[in-house]
Amino acid sequence: MQGTPFERRALHDITLDIGDGTFLALIGHTGSGKSTLIQHFNGLLKPSDGSIKMGSTELKAGGKKQDLKPLRKKAGIVFQYPEHQLFEETVEKDIMFGPRNFGVSEEEAKKTASKVIEMVGLPQSVLTKSPFDLSGGQMRRVAIAGVLAMNPEVLILDEPTAGLDPSGRVEIMELFYNLHEKNKLTTILVTHSMEDASKYADEIAVMHKGELYLHGKPSDIFNQRELLNQAGLDVPETVQFLNKWNEVSGQNLSLSSFTIEELAKLVSLSLKKRGN
Amino acid sequence: MLQNVIIGQYYPASSPLHRMDSRSKLIAAFFYLFIVFLANSWVTYGLLVAFTAVTITLSKVPLRFLYKGLKPILILVVFTMLLHVFLTKEGELLYKAGFLEIYEGGIIQGVFIAMRLLLLVLMTSLLTLTTTPIDITDGLEHLLGPLKKWKLPVHEFALMMSISLRFIPTLLQETEKIMKAQMARGADFTSGPIKERAKAFVPLLVPLFVSSFKRAEELALAMEARGYRGGEGRTRLRALEWHKRDTFALLLLLLLTASLLLLRS
Repeated sequence: MQGTPFERRALHDITLDIGDGTFLALIGHTGSGKSTLIQHFNGLLKPSDGSIKMGSTELKAGGKKQDLKPLRKKAGIVFQYPEHQLFEETVEKDIMFGPRNFGVSEEEAKKTASKVIEMVGLPQSVLTKSPFDLSGGQMRRVAIAGVLAMNPEVLILDEPTAGLDPSGRVEIMELFYNLHEKNKLTTILVTHSMEDASKYADEIAVMHKGELYLHGKPSDIFNQRELLNQAGLDVPETVQFLNKWNEVSGQNLSLSSFTIEELAKLVSLSLKKRGN
Repeated sequence: MLQNVIIGQYYPASSPLHRMDSRSKLIAAFFYLFIVFLANSWVTYGLLVAFTAVTITLSKVPLRFLYKGLKPILILVVFTMLLHVFLTKEGELLYKAGFLEIYEGGIIQGVFIAMRLLLLVLMTSLLTLTTTPIDITDGLEHLLGPLKKWKLPVHEFALMMSISLRFIPTLLQETEKIMKAQMARGADFTSGPIKERAKAFVPLLVPLFVSSFKRAEELALAMEARGYRGGEGRTRLRALEWHKRDTFALLLLLLLTASLLLLRS
């Protein structure tokens, strides 16, 4: 709402180029503008200044009204707590909602539904159940299936694992990562978790107070611990551990993928070397 | 449009009106609703307008703010006024064109009715603009207290009111969130024929209902877990205090009523 006392600048001066097939992690403190930014990617919010380009579609500030459906089909958003968006009588119908809106035939949509339900790791029998009879975790998966059924080229995930148990978290993240690899998707993951970001992302963008604060490869980002701390963030635990390790042992080890497994291997190798 | 409706909106400020006890304000506003109908001449309407103007000045609510809130109602006021102007056939004939006849009485009647409506809306808006919703419900609970003798669930009624007021913003937020989620799945709420559009709201309403029921249940549980047993023997964190100014305000209103009764023709 411009020109009222309620006007507030949510985003400012963001230039971000996301290449095809990139897995980008969007990190930032609560209220840093991550969710606002991703809602611009499919035209749910329109910029009051500047422009957004997604493939061949361009959204300009003050531009003419345009049909946003092709854009929305191309960029699928899994919102926070997506299970809240379920509404149909059966899981199958709910999954078909997206494809049907984008003009896919009923038969085709049904086929898609049975395909995506497997993808999210649920049995076919779930399709005939009411979404409200499922457990929270299952509902989450159904909602995710509903977005995947649109067959998006760009998958935007807004904290998809919030509120899940640890094993559920890993499963869901693995699911997205496999999908990203297999279907050559462009994935944008909004997260608080440096661990998730370091594990899956090719690139990391850090948001702070509505501005793009840092952007680059994970290894570059994690070298700037000071800056991250200033934005209320920290490097992943593995990097923290290695930094301490290097400090104490005087070595100069570095990680390439930031997983605990790699860290363990690296450290045990160096210990063995010392032993010899 | 929605953000322009100010009935039920609180304007934070520090004014004599803000400091008044919510009970006296409720009584005064309620009383005012009746005495507005006593006015039937220029003098009496003038008196009411003056009284309302003073009250508005005292409230420190900016006129611009009041005007913005009145805008949606102005159409209704103008419409009623025109109806009276054209349909009242009293006094001198001022203008005639075909079947359109405007009489002097019509114009006077139209202006009076418009003023009456405006005064009513202004005063009731002032009540909610200067009193927080919680104070209003507290005041109502107090005022309706005597009805408990007849087993009327006054406390529960007040609680229901404050809970629903409390959850209006939450519900609006939730609506926006689900709307966006469905729009991201290609739902279209803004175009198409009416029948289609009505259907398009199902994906919005069902999740809203589901989450509202869930929230109600969780709230009830949370209240019980903290030992809520209804109004019996419950004390208040913020007690209502009746000051001299409250008595004074009501006396002033009585004075106004008396003068209206004396001056009306």
